Amino acid sequence: MSSPVEALVNREYKYGFVTDIEQVTAAIGLSEDTVRFISAKKDEPTWLLEWRLKAYRRWLEMTEPHWANIHHAPIDYQASTYYAAPKTTAPLGSLDEVDPKLLETYEKLGIPLSEQKLLAGVAVDAIFDSVSVGTTFKATLAKSGVLFCSFGEAVREHPELVQKYLGSVVPASDNFFAALNAAVFSDGSFVYVPKGVKCPMELSTYFRINAANSGQFERTLIVADEGASVSYLEGCTAPKRNENQLHAAVVELIALDDASIKYSTVQNWYAGDENGLGGIYNFVTKRGKAMHRAKISWTQVETGSAITWKYPSVLLMGDDSVGEFYSVAVVNGMQQADTGTKMIHMGRNSRSTIVSKGISAGRGQNSYRGQVKILPKAAGSRNYTQCDSMLIGNRCGAHTFPYIDVQNASSDVEHEASTSKIGEDQIFYCKQRGLNTENAISVIVNGFCKEVFRELPMEFAVEAQKLLGVSLEGSVG
Amino acid sequence: MTTATRPARSPNEPLVPFAELVAEGARAGAPAWLATFRRGSAERFTAVGLPTSKDEDWRFTPVQGLARENLGVVRRPAPVAPEALKPFLLGSERGALVVVIDGRFEASLSHLPVLPTGARIMSLAAAITEGIPEVEAHLGRYATPDVTPFAALNGAVFADGLFLHLAAGIAIELPIQVLHVSTGAVPVVAPRSLLLVGRGASVTVVESFASVGGTTGFTNGVTEIVLGRNARCEHLRVQREGAEAWHIGLTEVSQERDSHYRSFTLALGAKLSRHDLRARLGAENVETLLYGLYLGRNEQLHDNHTAIFHDQPHCNSWEVYKGVLTDRSHAVFNGKVIVQPVAQKTDAKQTNRNLLLSETARVDTKPQLEIFADDVKCTHGATVGKMDEQQRYYLKTRGIAGRVAEGVLIWAFTAEVLAEVTDPGIRETLEKLVRAELETMIG
Repeated sequence: MSSPVEALVNREYKYGFVTDIEQVTAAIGLSEDTVRFISAKKDEPTWLLEWRLKAYRRWLEMTEPHWANIHHAPIDYQASTYYAAPKTTAPLGSLDEVDPKLLETYEKLGIPLSEQKLLAGVAVDAIFDSVSVGTTFKATLAKSGVLFCSFGEAVREHPELVQKYLGSVVPASDNFFAALNAAVFSDGSFVYVPKGVKCPMELSTYFRINAANSGQFERTLIVADEGASVSYLEGCTAPKRNENQLHAAVVELIALDDASIKYSTVQNWYAGDENGLGGIYNFVTKRGKAMHRAKISWTQVETGSAITWKYPSVLLMGDDSVGEFYSVAVVNGMQQADTGTKMIHMGRNSRSTIVSKGISAGRGQNSYRGQVKILPKAAGSRNYTQCDSMLIGNRCGAHTFPYIDVQNASSDVEHEASTSKIGEDQIFYCKQRGLNTENAISVIVNGFCKEVFRELPMEFAVEAQKLLGVSLEGSVG
Repeated sequence: MTTATRPARSPNEPLVPFAELVAEGARAGAPAWLATFRRGSAERFTAVGLPTSKDEDWRFTPVQGLARENLGVVRRPAPVAPEALKPFLLGSERGALVVVIDGRFEASLSHLPVLPTGARIMSLAAAITEGIPEVEAHLGRYATPDVTPFAALNGAVFADGLFLHLAAGIAIELPIQVLHVSTGAVPVVAPRSLLLVGRGASVTVVESFASVGGTTGFTNGVTEIVLGRNARCEHLRVQREGAEAWHIGLTEVSQERDSHYRSFTLALGAKLSRHDLRARLGAENVETLLYGLYLGRNEQLHDNHTAIFHDQPHCNSWEVYKGVLTDRSHAVFNGKVIVQPVAQKTDAKQTNRNLLLSETARVDTKPQLEIFADDVKCTHGATVGKMDEQQRYYLKTRGIAGRVAEGVLIWAFTAEVLAEVTDPGIRETLEKLVRAELETMIG
């Protein structure tokens, strides 16, 4: 089983183009001045600038973490630009005023930003490098009271909400990359769903790194008030460049009593070439707080990035709260992923489910790292964890590092993990029925990931399946 | 002999208690190869010191307290009477019995039957003095000082232990017992044993650790087991030290082609016990079976770290560790399975199950797979939970309820691993021991 697949491996990264657009950038390097520059550019209130500066000073005292099962050359934090924005003269009134070149870019990416896509019923906030360029469907959402806007806008128009929740789940000093993000984050999305409201449509953010030598540091804050519910999707791409670019995002989810938040990610940052040149370093902190009877569900399909370091977590603070994590992580070429979740059970009868599917091909290294912690007060809690790995070829690796810490007897924790090869007999079975090797692999891999894909909104599920096919092309041979 | 005379530590300096002891060990008169090994071990321990909770392998097992214990004084050991050993003996009286008191081979209490030519059961210290070439060839080659800080400490200070050598094809029928007794008279009881099982040879060795005449002490043992081609070894390790004792142990196993190693560890005693069991499957068609049981009560901490290195293709490993915990006891389990790129057709299965009987008991389990080969079958599973309500109900419908039902269920839970002990006599004794302990736990 070689040639057709090998041909596919060499297929170009589809989203690797660069948009030639006039940019405003901050000077290269990071200092208090950079932080002040970003804050001034964004016309931020003093409290936010202070919060950033505090984070920056804290960051200076911190050291880069090295416990993850990943290897990379030292990152020079002074060699990057911490702010890059398409040049505009006045605040945008509507989508029509957005630079057509930008819209063209999003069209190339297949983002539902323009009218026709609006019909698909997805409200999109698109982040180009550092700033949010347009949020669609705002009026419709406003009718039901849902706030969905860029972070910058939220700071201007709903400062009380931002101030109340910003950093309440991921404090500025949480970890090295979260502190860096808090200091220099440029934009991101903000969602507030009021009490008892079920968000009428799927919300979506599209992230794009365009500028060279720049990092992207967006920050997403989603608050579902009591009894509210919302489903949120994010997608990411970046151009092909030979340098590594840093992406250090923070996502905070707050689900108050009886609320529910579903957060889905399809991550397809540029992964670097087959020799590991270039690609995005994706160091992300994602965490949610679930109060009484609230539910937070993370679904992620990770196919891109040279390095992924990401542990979407749930703090199950309320009684009867629910946390879920469904993940497919694919590494091919020289990609490395160290990803998983943390489920911290604090409330009584809290429940969590973890389903992680890792696929390693080429020379990729894939690690599942997870923690299930049941605190003494979390009586009657339950966790079920399943993490399966599939290896394609013998130059890749699959690793699992699950930490299970149970501190009371009325809780039940189950963990199961398996690692196996893509089955020769399965491929044979498919071939017997007329599928070629490549399609057989695609069918088998999709079957392996079905439990996770099932959790994705339909539109994303289709995209994820295709993406998986592309990511694994050429991996068998 | 205490660390009190040492100048105050700077915050960055590793904490090294037993400094004089380690230095003394490194200076001890010995053959040149051994002196080099001791010196290397002493340097290693001085460099790394006692592990802290920041060391990933010691995250949940606080051993820094050892530095504060008053372990420094050597007292004259009270003589140990043969009767005092009776409760700790397992299996047949006709088999070989090696008694090691405070880390030193005690000939007067040991019983060594006549052995076939090519078989040796003797004191390790004597084997070193005699200049037996196999000792030099193997000692310290597997449990190297960099494996754990405690392996380094043992390498620097060990005095004696068991040396077992079976030439090709020799089968020892009756289990060999090694009883390590700690009297609390020396600061660090550091026995070291070397077991060489030659090509096609087979043996069963039971290592027991017990406290006599006190409940305190610090045992830091190392056992190296080398299996030649097609050799078989069943290794039982029973830890029943005193309620205030610290027990640290390392078993390092090296396996050649077609060999079979089977281990059963039982941890009952000590306030803190830690056992590292590491098996290197260095050739094809090796089989490695690891079974373990730990029972914790009061404030006990039982830590089991296992590592199985699948270095070569076509090897099988199978591991089941189970624990029952009550009161405020704490169990730590870490099971590593590392499959190298060449180790195709590996079949590895690992299971860790924990039964919690009290609200305040705690378990930290971390089954860890690191796999670099693709044509493998590797699974692990870990569970932590209370007694199953359905099982309890099932028994109730049959007229068995309350404590009796609990007893039946817990016994069934532990019996699964106990059943893996091959020798019927030893199995029966261990079953009795576990039953008695469980009765204390259920109350």
